[in-house]
Amino acid sequence: MKREDIIRPEHLVYEKPSLLNDTPMHYCPGCSHGMVHKLVAEIIEEMGMTDKTIAISPVGCAVFAYNYIDVDWIEAAHGRAPAIATATKRMWPDRLVFTYQGDGDLACIGTAETIHALNRGENITIIFINNAIYGMTGGQMAPTTLMGMKTATCPYGRQADLHGFPLKFTEIAASLEGTAYVTRQAVHTVAAIRRTKAAIRKAFETSLQGRGSSLVEVVSTCNAGWKLSPVEANKWMEENMFPYYKLGDLKDNTI
Amino acid sequence: MNKNSEDIVLMKGNEAIAHAAIRCGCDGYFGYPITPQSEIIETLALEKPWETTGMVVLQAESELASINMVYGGGATGKRVMTSSSSPGVALMQEGITYMAGAEIPGVIVNVQRGGPGLGTIQPSQGDYNQSTRGGGNGDYNVIVLAPASVQEMADFVDLAFTLSFRYRNPAIILSDGVIGQMMERVVLPPFKPRRTEEQIKAECPWAALGRTKDRPRNVLTSLELDPGKQEEVNLRLQRKYAEIKAREVRYEEYLTEDAEYLIVAFGSAARIAQKSIEDCRRQGIKVGLLRPITLWPFPTERIKQLAEQVKHILAVEINAGQMVNDIRLAVEGRTPVSHYGRMGGILPTPDDINNQINTLL
Repeated sequence: MKREDIIRPEHLVYEKPSLLNDTPMHYCPGCSHGMVHKLVAEIIEEMGMTDKTIAISPVGCAVFAYNYIDVDWIEAAHGRAPAIATATKRMWPDRLVFTYQGDGDLACIGTAETIHALNRGENITIIFINNAIYGMTGGQMAPTTLMGMKTATCPYGRQADLHGFPLKFTEIAASLEGTAYVTRQAVHTVAAIRRTKAAIRKAFETSLQGRGSSLVEVVSTCNAGWKLSPVEANKWMEENMFPYYKLGDLKDNTI
Repeated sequence: MNKNSEDIVLMKGNEAIAHAAIRCGCDGYFGYPITPQSEIIETLALEKPWETTGMVVLQAESELASINMVYGGGATGKRVMTSSSSPGVALMQEGITYMAGAEIPGVIVNVQRGGPGLGTIQPSQGDYNQSTRGGGNGDYNVIVLAPASVQEMADFVDLAFTLSFRYRNPAIILSDGVIGQMMERVVLPPFKPRRTEEQIKAECPWAALGRTKDRPRNVLTSLELDPGKQEEVNLRLQRKYAEIKAREVRYEEYLTEDAEYLIVAFGSAARIAQKSIEDCRRQGIKVGLLRPITLWPFPTERIKQLAEQVKHILAVEINAGQMVNDIRLAVEGRTPVSHYGRMGGILPTPDDINNQINTLL
């Protein structure tokens, strides 16, 4: 069989989503952001929502998300994405409006904006990347940094008396009346990636149906910040992050 | 103007802001209660414009959230606004500088009270510097309109939106507790429909409202890490500010033709100064008034001209002396400039100002 006989449209099993630009990503190799970006691009394309999507990017590693996914974007101040999404969705009720935020953006500086947007039941989706560290600023402690975990600002490990406790924000989100769908996923295996894709799609559909707010936490790796290889980071996440941040749906009012 | 009898009403300045917003095609109001301006959101809640014009009214969790809601709504090309008073506007500065940087239009109403800190709930003009110098981080300016009557509270809402969208820049209506709480006769502006999606797309091709096939994606951001490109952004913004300075200066003069002494005052201080000028004129002292309507851009050129004519310029402000510095920059030593002001929520009286003028003779 010749090469030309193999490369034919009917043999296509996978291609890069058309909404993912050719811009080289600034993310470190092994980082979860690239995978989640790809899923978001695929889902918007599959849902046929390109011309109806307004995305809000955060401050943090994903600040340049707007360079990679080919939809309209609004870049938020640190932590304020849910407030921006609130107005955007209320101004354009038929649009797919989502924020893409890290743990520092969402669970620290933007706690108030995030809780109140979710509690009002804004018909938006929040994608929450939790890698337990501040990646962009060089590996400082996050609200979700685990006990004992070492970062640039807790170099001897996180201690309760000095730093308090890692925040389970998604559990808070699930307790709010305004949320319709709250889930915690990961993208470290093919099966996990498929579950995360289904979760983000469900969240987007829930937002469009006007059922309330959705939050999809993706427990993620930051191998550069954790100072581990990509493979080691996945293993460390399974052994340390998953026992504290348990995967699965925390709330599903869509059933 | 449509002058139906139901459009002529007696109301507070704060209420006039709310009614004018509904009538001028405003798409959304986002705010957090604070004295002395809470009547704005209360009036909007009572009027229920979401049932008539479709205007959204939302009480946010903080001023920080309010201004970021304005950032978000404005980024999609909608006419959105917020209002607050001094401490709340201080909290909004983050959002205002982001709006300036990302060139997102929107209107902020500041019904000023005295500071610093929690200060007082009584009137003040202590936020002049904050408003006219940008207020947040970086090199930028905000268009600042200073109403001196309830009528201007009503009229400036549409004007602020118009200027804000013309230049893709935030605009502030810098009022104070006197104008916000005072009741006066006002002719409400005629109803103007909210813009349709097609009109918004035509007016705001930059807006993030869903990428259609006919254009590349729109990204509203103030971030640029390449120093060369960021300086280009800064220079382009400075050219825009220069254009606003050249085209949008607004002021009003009262008895300046033969004036030997000039008072410069804005907002409620200008109303008080006008009364003192009438008293001075009865005493035979030729005093005139220049009232800046735009505080930024400032009427620098006109003040420079009048400096050649008058013996002394007196800035009357309800603060420790803020606008007086802009007057001095305009005058450049051509004539003496001094300041009279009160603070703590105390207003200068016409007699106080009259006495000040008499010390200059």
